[in-house]
Amino acid sequence: MKIASRFLTPPEPAATIQLTLDGEPVTARAGDTVAAALLAHSGDASRLTARGAPRTAFCMMGVCFDCLVEVDGRPNCQGCMVQVRDGMVLRRQRGPRKLMGGAQDA
Amino acid sequence: MHELDLIIIGAGPAGMTAAATAAKHGARVLLLDEQRRSGGQIYRDVGETDSARPYLGKDYAAGRALVAALNAPGIDIEVDATVWRVDAGPRVIWSRGGKSHVTRARHVLLASGAQERPTPFPGWTLPGVMPAGAAQILMKTSGLLPRDAVLAGSGPLIYLIAAQMIDAGARPRALVETQSPRMLLRAARHLPRALLATPTLLKGLGLIAKIRAAGITRHIGATGFSAEKTENGDILFSFTAKGHRHQIATPLLLTHQGVVPSTHISRAAGVAHEWNEAQQAFQAKTDPWGRTDVHGIHVAGDGAGIGGADAAKAAGRLAALDILHRLGRLTEDARNQTAAADRAAHRRAMAIRPFLDAAYAPLPEILAPEGDTIVCRCEEITAADIHASLKEGAKGPRQVKTATRAGMGPCQGRMCDLTVRGILANCGATPATPRARSPIKPVKLGELAALTSHKETSP
Repeated sequence: MKIASRFLTPPEPAATIQLTLDGEPVTARAGDTVAAALLAHSGDASRLTARGAPRTAFCMMGVCFDCLVEVDGRPNCQGCMVQVRDGMVLRRQRGPRKLMGGAQDA
Repeated sequence: MHELDLIIIGAGPAGMTAAATAAKHGARVLLLDEQRRSGGQIYRDVGETDSARPYLGKDYAAGRALVAALNAPGIDIEVDATVWRVDAGPRVIWSRGGKSHVTRARHVLLASGAQERPTPFPGWTLPGVMPAGAAQILMKTSGLLPRDAVLAGSGPLIYLIAAQMIDAGARPRALVETQSPRMLLRAARHLPRALLATPTLLKGLGLIAKIRAAGITRHIGATGFSAEKTENGDILFSFTAKGHRHQIATPLLLTHQGVVPSTHISRAAGVAHEWNEAQQAFQAKTDPWGRTDVHGIHVAGDGAGIGGADAAKAAGRLAALDILHRLGRLTEDARNQTAAADRAAHRRAMAIRPFLDAAYAPLPEILAPEGDTIVCRCEEITAADIHASLKEGAKGPRQVKTATRAGMGPCQGRMCDLTVRGILANCGATPATPRARSPIKPVKLGELAALTSHKETSP
């Protein structure tokens, strides 16, 4: 079941762009961060922890790393620090942070 | 190529006023900020939002002038710049788009500001529970408004956010406040001094009046927070107030227990820190000019103790004046004369703090949670895990970290350092300042490797 966004969409006019989350199309407002776009899209988890617990963006200022998401194939991106782009491909991370493509947690 | 006089890290109130002051006196300044735009958290995106979001209020709009003042000769701004190392010398290493840069200057000013105090209680990691300040950042940056939210906790920011939500047409469902009448009574002895900051006091009373007039339900003296997920994805928020257990279902539970200095950068730079008992937080140790014990590194603003935006603006200017003096651009007399007004402004802004710190002190159960409550969000370490490590002989923050992995995740302890400290203190230990090490933000190994062949630049 899809959980409705926990936020009211602003009445302000804005250009929209299209991205996908785990293959599902998502309409986002241009200029938003990935984390804001996902929070506006649904109230669901944007990530599962190593123990399978649901999480979503939390601090919105780059501190907590709960908004980690795969962006265009790059894992462990801070969703609150990355802007949406048309055609962006997002994937929810499930389980432990993976070391992919030479990327590694410090 | 000219030598850079000053690198300022953090483009919030302290960093912005310091940059403008230093540049006005002829210094060459590089201002670095991790966000997309200058402003800091308090003025996030203030240069962009114009009049589209009047509900954010006059105090927010006032940040526009600070951002505009950065458009001055002598100031270079690099945004999206994540500083991950600061060394004596001083030398700053920062990253953008997967590439690191090394920049030297004669002085460094750390103006890293504050973050919200982590508020651990059962269920605080669930989607639908969020810091109130984070929701406010979403209002500022995206215009997203909390839907039918409950504000829970204490502190002046709760009232400001509630008032902004009311003005935006997104009334909060309820305010669940943790301060008790007894705490307010105890704080009252600080009121005479707080009268120096009468305009701030009146602003606060105005916010509370607005919340009353809007007929928002308020619970006072609340304790025993817990959050569970309901079937439709809402949060079922439970708390105790006036001897009764209450439950409210809400899509969004916004918590707040004040803000604390962001000190990872100053700790990793080797600056001495101290524990502020009244504010229950570590802060960089500075003299009245913002000087630290590390040569060439100043700290200004909330990173040296929470004072709010007005105090930070004054502290930023004071630090800049002292740095200008050290650069030989201001005589000692000129520095002192120019500083007098800022010194007075700083005193006025700080006058209300002892009252606020006492009236809106965080709950003991938030400072030192127990049982299954998650303390370290990254590694999913509970309070019980921390307690177990203490029983097994861990004596301080380092041993707790080694034993439990609390603080070893990507946030590097930003979300759990203070809670681990609270549990240690509660168990009779006298906790040391936890260490922070570079890189203070995760950097990819490839980026580190590329740096070894990198030529140092001073733009």
